Amino acid sequence: MLDVDVTKQLGQLKLEVAFQSDSPVIGLFGPSGAGKSSIINMIAGLSKPDRGTIKIGSETVDDTAIGLHVPPHRRRIGYVFQDARLFPHRNVSQNLDYGRRMNKLAPDPAHFERILNLLDIGHLKTRRPGQLSGGERQRVALGRALLAKPRLLLMDEPLGALDQERKAEILPYFERLRDEEHVPMVYVSHDPDETRRLAGHVVMLKHGRIAAQGGPEILPP
Amino acid sequence: MFDISAEEWTAIELSLRVSVVATLVSTPIGIAVAWLLARRDFWGKALLDAVIHLPLVLPPVVTGYLLLLSFGRKGPVGGFLDQYFGIVFSFRWTGAALACGVMSFPLLVRPMRLSIEAIDKRLEQAAGTLGAAPWQVFLTVTLPLALPGILAGMIMGFAKALGEFGATITFVSNIPGETQTISSAIYSLIQTPEGDVAALRLVIISAILAVAALVASELFARRALRRIHGL
Repeated sequence: MLDVDVTKQLGQLKLEVAFQSDSPVIGLFGPSGAGKSSIINMIAGLSKPDRGTIKIGSETVDDTAIGLHVPPHRRRIGYVFQDARLFPHRNVSQNLDYGRRMNKLAPDPAHFERILNLLDIGHLKTRRPGQLSGGERQRVALGRALLAKPRLLLMDEPLGALDQERKAEILPYFERLRDEEHVPMVYVSHDPDETRRLAGHVVMLKHGRIAAQGGPEILPP
Repeated sequence: MFDISAEEWTAIELSLRVSVVATLVSTPIGIAVAWLLARRDFWGKALLDAVIHLPLVLPPVVTGYLLLLSFGRKGPVGGFLDQYFGIVFSFRWTGAALACGVMSFPLLVRPMRLSIEAIDKRLEQAAGTLGAAPWQVFLTVTLPLALPGILAGMIMGFAKALGEFGATITFVSNIPGETQTISSAIYSLIQTPEGDVAALRLVIISAILAVAALVASELFARRALRRIHGL
């Protein structure tokens, strides 16, 4: 599903990673500063590798050898950021519908309702992002990404800004997403428990390199 | 005292026309320049910034004279526009609009630039990951979030254009009915014996217009903040 082989110089840190996996959820795990977010930003197309290739499914989206770089808006990915990044000038409903409109997808009310039910955000439709709690905001951001029907969902510490209680509230939604919607995910986290619950394949990063990769059993307790 | 004469009405009407046209023509250019200065790095950016602010620091008479040299009928730009497009600026109200547009441009651009700079770039990135091409990001995220700042800039520019005097009178003179705005009418009246009352009337009118523009600008600036905070 995902095939990454890239190097990139980030100030002092030289990022050099290669991994590929067909697992429904790939966990990028490691301490902060290990290069996790840089990798996910390259997969999203928000930054370019200095050298290397990135393949999503059968499509090559980056290949520095031939100067190929597909811009983010043509990658058909969904990205859930740590800070939800909802559009403040649009209400929840308009935020949710944004990706569908930009990708010129036909309205799909059944899908819309299913995602809203899955995330329990139906009652928030007319609210403004400024009126939502942190957990609600993150669920709406997740819904917004999903409703664009991405072929790969990128999540960069989506629970990082939430307290323990909120984390426990949201994690089950991610599991349902994995088990019911079957959207492939790349899940970035520095929390071994979160990663263990979600990921089928774990890439462990340290100082810009892969320290280990394999099943969730490689995670520290 | 409040018996406004026909000539005074003409000056008021002309001032409004000149300022409205100057503002409307400057606005799209102003948005483009504000966006460039706020979001792009390019060679000559500091120079562009300096040139835009030049009318703010140059004596207005110098700006007016430079306009006369370049946009007058014998000037390189003015001659070209006259010959090929039949557009004449010198001693016409269109020239007054040009002078007002140039003089007010730095004030018009500034709030636009600040409001674009205040927009979180990460929102624009998020829009990109949701499938929006750069022009769609601009239209659906950048522009709506900057809108109150854009309106504030238009009002500031409009207020400045209403009061412009030095560059206008240098470039297009002070012809009643064609280039005599409120400011140049006041100037003429002050130099006329017994013109004091009429001058005072126009002074009050221009003060009212200026204050109204500032109040409107302040209201839009407050809305801008509320909008960006998403409440």
